[in-house]
Amino acid sequence: MSGPSTYKPGSGIEKWLDDRLPIIRLGYDSFVDFPTPRNLNYWWTFGGILAVFLMIQIISGIVLAMHYVAHEDYAFESVQRITRDVPFGWLIQSMHANGASFFFVAVYLHMFRGLYYGSYKAPREVLWILGVVIYLLMMATGFMGYVLPWGQMSYWGAMVITNLLGALPFIGDALREWLWGGFSVGQATLNRFFSLHYLLPFVIAAVVGLHIWALHVPGNGNPVGLEVKSKKDTLPFHPYYTVKDGFAIIVYLLIFAVFVFFLPTVLGHADNYIEANALVTPAHIVPEWYYLPFYAILRAITFDIGPIDAKLGGVLAMFGAIGILFVLPWLDTSKVRSMRYRPLTRWFFIFFVVAALGLGWCGAKNPDDFVMGIEGFKFLYLGQFLTFYYFAYFIVILPLMGIIEKPKERPASIEAAVLGSDKA
Amino acid sequence: MTEENGAPGADGQEPSRRDFIYIAAGGVAAVGGGLVAWPFIDQMNPAADTLALGSIRVDVSVVAVGSEITVMWRGGPVFIRHRTEEEIAEARAVELDALPDEEARNDNLPVGTPGNDANRVLRPEILIVKGNCTHLGCVPLGLGANTGDYDGWYCPCHGSHYDTSARIRRGPAPENLPVPDYYFETETTVKIGLSPEEATNSGWAVS
Repeated sequence: MSGPSTYKPGSGIEKWLDDRLPIIRLGYDSFVDFPTPRNLNYWWTFGGILAVFLMIQIISGIVLAMHYVAHEDYAFESVQRITRDVPFGWLIQSMHANGASFFFVAVYLHMFRGLYYGSYKAPREVLWILGVVIYLLMMATGFMGYVLPWGQMSYWGAMVITNLLGALPFIGDALREWLWGGFSVGQATLNRFFSLHYLLPFVIAAVVGLHIWALHVPGNGNPVGLEVKSKKDTLPFHPYYTVKDGFAIIVYLLIFAVFVFFLPTVLGHADNYIEANALVTPAHIVPEWYYLPFYAILRAITFDIGPIDAKLGGVLAMFGAIGILFVLPWLDTSKVRSMRYRPLTRWFFIFFVVAALGLGWCGAKNPDDFVMGIEGFKFLYLGQFLTFYYFAYFIVILPLMGIIEKPKERPASIEAAVLGSDKA
Repeated sequence: MTEENGAPGADGQEPSRRDFIYIAAGGVAAVGGGLVAWPFIDQMNPAADTLALGSIRVDVSVVAVGSEITVMWRGGPVFIRHRTEEEIAEARAVELDALPDEEARNDNLPVGTPGNDANRVLRPEILIVKGNCTHLGCVPLGLGANTGDYDGWYCPCHGSHYDTSARIRRGPAPENLPVPDYYFETETTVKIGLSPEEATNSGWAVS
C-alpha cells in the first residue's frame, strides 16, 4: 500500500542524510504522504491516542522512579511522599495512575473497533495478533504497577493473582515460589515487579513499532471494509488524519485532565490507602476496573470440568478469554469485514459489548449478592451466563454466521461509499 | 551447498563432514544457551538469606484455652489456637470421607498421610497451621470474627469454611490449611521451621 516513496529532500543536508540514513524518508512515507482511506471515522483515532498515552506513561513513570523506593518498608510511604512533598509529584503521580485507566479505555475502544469492522481479517491477521500481544503486555505491566504503591489492594491483588499459578498441576507451587522469590508476596516480589514494570513499557513500544509496520503493509482498514482500489479512495495522512487524530487526542486529553486535576483518586480503591498487611485481608478484594471482566470469568467457573478442578478451570477460562483472540482471524468465517453489512452478526456483536460490560459489573460485585436485589439471582449466575456468551460469540456465532448469514449489498468502492455515487 | 564445501546429505549422498560440523556446532550452541539461561531463571528463586530466615520461636503459654494468636512466619501468617475439649472432640468425631481433602497436609509427616485430627497436631490442645487460604491465599477469619459453619475459620474472599482442625469442609479451597514443621522445644515454647536433625527428633509420628 505504501508504494514508491514520494519523498523529495528539501535541502542539501536532507539530501546528504537521505543517502546515508533515510530516516526522514521513512517518517515522510509513514506519517505524511501515507495514503489513507478517505472514509475513516473517529473510531480510527484511538491508535494515535494510544501512542500518546504510551508516551505519557513512560515519561511520568521514569520521573516517578526517581522518587519511588521499591522496599516493603518504604514503598507505601514513598508514594505518599511523592503526592505530598515532591514538587508537582501530586500531578505526575495522578497522571500516571489515571493514565493507566485512560490507556485501557482507549485500548478497549480500539479493540471493539477492530471487532466491529473486522480489522482482524486477511490480510491483517499479524497486525491483529501483535495488537493482542500488546494488550497482554499492558495487562502484565498494569498488574505489576498496581502492586508498587504497596497498599492493601496492591498486596492482596498480587497474592490472589500469583496464587492462581498454584492451580497449575505439578509445577504450580514451584512456579509460585519462583515468582515470589520467597514463601509469600514480599520484598523480593516487590523489587522484581518494579524492575519488570520499568522494562515492559519499552517492550510494548517495540511491539507497537511492529504493529505500525504491519499496519503499513496492507494499509488501514476502513468502515466499509473494502480494500483501497485507486488513489481516489485515499487521502494523504497529513494533513487530513494528523488533524483528525490531533483533534481526538485533544478531546481525550481534556477528559483525562478532568480526572487528573479534579478526580485524581476516584478510579482507585480506598483500601489501597492502607499500607500492605500480610496478616489482614481486605473484606472484598477487587482488581483494577480494567481487569474486572476477566476476574468475573475466573470466578464463573465454580464447578469441576472432568479432570480439571474448578480453580484450574477458572484460571484456564480467564487466560482462554484472551487467548481466543489470537485465533479470532480464523474463527470468523465471513469474507465481509464490516458489521455494517452483516445484519445478524451486528446484533450479536452489540450484545457481545453488553456482555463484556456486564462481566465487568459482575467482577466488581460479590458473586453471592443478588443482581439488582432480585432474590435468588446471584451475580455468579449472571457472570456464568455472560461467560458462556463471551466464548460462544467466538466459538459458535462467528464461525456459523459466516456460513448462514446473507450480507447486505456493499458499495462498489470506498470512493463510492463516501461520495454516494456509482452504486454497484 | 556446493561441491567444494562437501556434499550435502539431503540429496541422497552420505552425510558429509560439514553436515556433522553443522549439527555439532548447533548442538553446542543450544546446550550453551540453555546453560547461560539457567542462572538467569534460577536467580528468581528464594535467596539463601530468605531460606535461612526459616524458623521462629513462639511462647504458646500466652495463648489461653479457647483463644488463638496469629504469628508471622516466612512472610505470612501462622495460626496457633489453644483448642477447648469440645473443639478437639468435634475435630476427632469427623469421618475421613466427610472431608473434601482427606490428606493431613502436614509438613512433618509423609505426603499422603490421612487427615484425621491426630495427624494434624503434636499435642491435641495446640493446633498450629499456616494461615493462608488454600484457594487464593487470603487470611481466613477465626475466633472473635467469624469461625464459619464448622467452628474453625472462615475465608471471606470466596467463602471457604474450615473446621476446628483447620481442614477444608465447604467452599472453593481445594486443600486443608497446611501444618508447618514444628516441635516443642520446651514445655511452653514451640519452634516453627526446623533444621533437618530437629525434624527427625521432633516427635511426630503417623497415628
